[in-house]
Amino acid sequence: MNGFSYFPHTEADIQQMLERIGVKSVGELYDDVPADYLYKKEYDLPDAMSEQEVRDFFYGLSSRNSRLTCFVGAGAYDHYTPSVIPYITSRSEFITAYTPYQCEISQGTLRYIFEYQTMICDLTGLDVSNASMYDGPTAAAEAMRMMVASVRKSTTVLVSSTLLPNVIEVIRTYAKFYGTTIEMIDEADGRTSLQSLTSILSSVKTGVAGAIIPSINRHGIIEDLTGFADSLHAQKALLTVYCDPSALAVLKTPAEWGADIAVGDAQPLGIPLSYGGAYVGFMACRKEHLRKLPGRIVGQTKDGQGRRAFVLTLQAREQHIRREKATSNICSNESLMALWVTVYLSLMGPEGMKRLNQLCYENAHYLHDELIKTGKFEEVFQAPFLKEFVLRPLVDVRTLQRKLSENGFFAALETSEGYVSFCATEKRTKQEIDSLINIINKEVEA
Amino acid sequence: MSKVIEGLRYSESHEWVKVDGEFAFIGVSDFAQAEMGDITYVDVPSVDDEFAKGEEFGALESVKASSDLYMPVGGVVVEVNDAVVDAPELVNQDAYENWLIKIQMSDPAEAEGLMDAAAYNEFTAK
Amino acid sequence: MKYYDKLIFELSKPGRTGYSLPAPESSSVSSIDANLLRASAPQLPEVSEIDVVRHYTNLSQMNFGVDTGFYPLGSCTMKYNPKINEEIASLPSFLGLHPLQPDDTVSGAKAVYEGLDSALAAITGMRHFTFLPCAGAHGELTGLMIIRSYHMSRGDTRRTKIIVPDSAHGTNPASAAVCGLEIVEVKSNADGLVDVNDLKPLLDDTIAGIMMTNPNTLGLFERDIKEIARLVHEAGGLLYYDGANMNPLVGTVRPGDMGFDVMHLNLHKTFSTPHGGGGPGSGPVGVCEKLVPFLGVRVSGFHGNFSVILRAYTYILMLGRQNVKMVGPLATLNANYIKESLKDKYKLPIPSVCKHEFVYDGLIDDGAREGVPGATTLDVAKRLLDFGFHAPTIYFPLLFHQALMIEPTETESKETIDEFIEVMRRIADEAAENPDILHQAPHNAPITRPDETTAARNPILRYQA
Repeated sequence: MNGFSYFPHTEADIQQMLERIGVKSVGELYDDVPADYLYKKEYDLPDAMSEQEVRDFFYGLSSRNSRLTCFVGAGAYDHYTPSVIPYITSRSEFITAYTPYQCEISQGTLRYIFEYQTMICDLTGLDVSNASMYDGPTAAAEAMRMMVASVRKSTTVLVSSTLLPNVIEVIRTYAKFYGTTIEMIDEADGRTSLQSLTSILSSVKTGVAGAIIPSINRHGIIEDLTGFADSLHAQKALLTVYCDPSALAVLKTPAEWGADIAVGDAQPLGIPLSYGGAYVGFMACRKEHLRKLPGRIVGQTKDGQGRRAFVLTLQAREQHIRREKATSNICSNESLMALWVTVYLSLMGPEGMKRLNQLCYENAHYLHDELIKTGKFEEVFQAPFLKEFVLRPLVDVRTLQRKLSENGFFAALETSEGYVSFCATEKRTKQEIDSLINIINKEVEA
Repeated sequence: MSKVIEGLRYSESHEWVKVDGEFAFIGVSDFAQAEMGDITYVDVPSVDDEFAKGEEFGALESVKASSDLYMPVGGVVVEVNDAVVDAPELVNQDAYENWLIKIQMSDPAEAEGLMDAAAYNEFTAK
Repeated sequence: MKYYDKLIFELSKPGRTGYSLPAPESSSVSSIDANLLRASAPQLPEVSEIDVVRHYTNLSQMNFGVDTGFYPLGSCTMKYNPKINEEIASLPSFLGLHPLQPDDTVSGAKAVYEGLDSALAAITGMRHFTFLPCAGAHGELTGLMIIRSYHMSRGDTRRTKIIVPDSAHGTNPASAAVCGLEIVEVKSNADGLVDVNDLKPLLDDTIAGIMMTNPNTLGLFERDIKEIARLVHEAGGLLYYDGANMNPLVGTVRPGDMGFDVMHLNLHKTFSTPHGGGGPGSGPVGVCEKLVPFLGVRVSGFHGNFSVILRAYTYILMLGRQNVKMVGPLATLNANYIKESLKDKYKLPIPSVCKHEFVYDGLIDDGAREGVPGATTLDVAKRLLDFGFHAPTIYFPLLFHQALMIEPTETESKETIDEFIEVMRRIADEAAENPDILHQAPHNAPITRPDETTAARNPILRYQA
């Protein structure tokens, strides 16, 4: 056998081990497999590469991607990542650790998850948070199931049409197989219509588990959720708010809107775009719903010597104990990404988060106003926004997108209505915005 | 050997019923609490919730287990024992003193079909 | 490992900053309608950069990872996480891609998906994979959705039951239930394999399929798989392969060749990506030709965990077709070697040749005597921590009361395994002489065993000053 750096066995090791087992060859260990199932052919894989060859291969691949300056959000936001974060999260004690079931040798993981839970509670205003989930859209789908499990004999969940399309799609997928009926709440003037909600509530009457509504919607509009929680609670239904946790540092919290559950994607908290993952979903709720909250939860207790210690707790809710009766089949969390978020929020602090939102607001509003000035876009909604907005294009969208892309920009994402969506985070500079505007002025004909 | 009390009725899922006219107290047997170990949480329904006989009405949790509770008789919940909700360990201390819910039975005859103490003793000995 | 008791909130001091951002020009956010703003700022910590670095470095030192020592963790496949994987996953030209960028600007990323798809197809014998699932359980759910979609597309709506062996991972029934399927259990026979005679009467036109783990959770190859596949297919059902135990079959046997129609893989187990303390993982789902049209099910927001997918692809290119053949055999060699080396100290209920893992049913001599309870499997697990090893998977599978499920992987050397064997023998001897040493373990970890009952009765789930 040729040496391979991930296999430490020498020929002598293998011989000694076979002797102890009492077989003549490694192949003999597969004698219980029907012979025609043993794969005898060459695997259709590339030849093994050296590390340098692998490196060259991927450098080559990655250079085929265009690195564009990002003026799009739609669920993935190009915020700045402090250098401390990858340094901490790449520590092998964190990244190569297993799930913290053996709490005595996992206090590092358990402590940062406890800190993460505290920060998510703080941002959402709610009482309890789980240890994180896969991503925002799946967290929203989990909230759908959680509401159905929490409200007796309920079968229907109301979903706002102003949620991002991928969030709606994942909710629909989960609902279809779980047997939940989804009713869409209409939008009016770019916002979730309270009137539509109340009219569904009065016609459906029984069996409504709750509603999922965004705090910032797919048009970038900050929604006014006054009256939503009251309408739902009057019918014993729950309110889930889908939110951007970065914006929650300044915007009204789900708890302040009267929500029972908050979910969303914590990617905007310093996680790189990374072509869509790994991100991290978050989920928090009021304490009366704790037992239906899916996923892992870390709790504080004491060890045998009375010292503060942390454990995975309330596990009796989870799939490995409840099996088919669990509200969710989720077994893991996105631990390392929760660490990413925790380190980010530690560095930013309350002042940094405020400053960041301020910068997003300034950049996005500057971009918005400059785009209007080009005469090639029109306002669609008169509505408050933070970092993302849509405009009606007065130019050909394909040409616009192509010109921007050719000049190194990713911007003007087309929405289902034919509007174009823009986003500017604190990471965008005035020069970048001016240069984007310059290209539109010069190269895109009205 | 776990304790069984005369005069109560028992279900195969280890709930006991103490009939009091049209009302009934419902709890879990000593056998059930011993099987669970340290009970950490008692999940009970709200007053006015209505359940049929055999319907799931709540659950007990320990650190490493969860066990659903089933209605030994049908009826409407008229009272919930908040003391047990606040201190689940009471069920471990005395499973018969510490009932979980009080209901108004929809059909008191349903209790007749349950096991008596002797039959339940035999059932748990298996 | 030493005990360190701080939480980041306890290091906070008003006025300290850990961020580096330009000053905004105005306080324009306050021009937003006050009704849309939060009443007070969040209570995040105020700490400087060095506070953050020291705090998390200290926390890391209370953790055990694959780079620290050996994990004999059954069904978890804790293999070495190669460092080139990390280097590739952090290339800026991958990290900076927005998930909605036009295809012609992300052809490098697309090539990663295509390359991994064909590599996994070659290794498993499946036709194509979807990479949207973010974990194994997520893959299970996705695979079951595909099975249901297939039956529904044929108007075969009665198929709402799924057969799951009694030795299955606990997640199987949970995944089936949230997919709207009813679980039917099939028993194991005395050899620990699916009982074909018990299976036959379950097969009718309400069965959507069967979920199998092969080798199963006892580490045994399901020898009757050919017969099982024939029976299930004849009854109109599909076969789901739970990839949690795929490692021993890498380079030896392909699930597609055994008749499986749908499977998931755990890239964080079989394909060397780090567990990250519980995620992010990746659970791609592969299907046979006739199920390819159902592969597009939208189960996550964008394209799955791209950063994990990149790592797995890196690993496969390092392996290449030459080394892939040794992954399963070396893992199997390591497992059988441990199994044979400890059977005089630990009960071995199923002595036949295992694959990548096997199960002991507790100690032969647990030291129990009048007034002194014997050492349990939990005690053995906790004592292992004192010697610098992670614990095995314990009390699973449920078929054995004192189950210790051990899985070494192919990346562990004979020396490491010999050391583990020696420690396991020493622990068995300690148990026989003085089980109290084990009852009190761990003695050398940052904390001793915590009070889990109080944690569950009075949950403290967030920091409060």
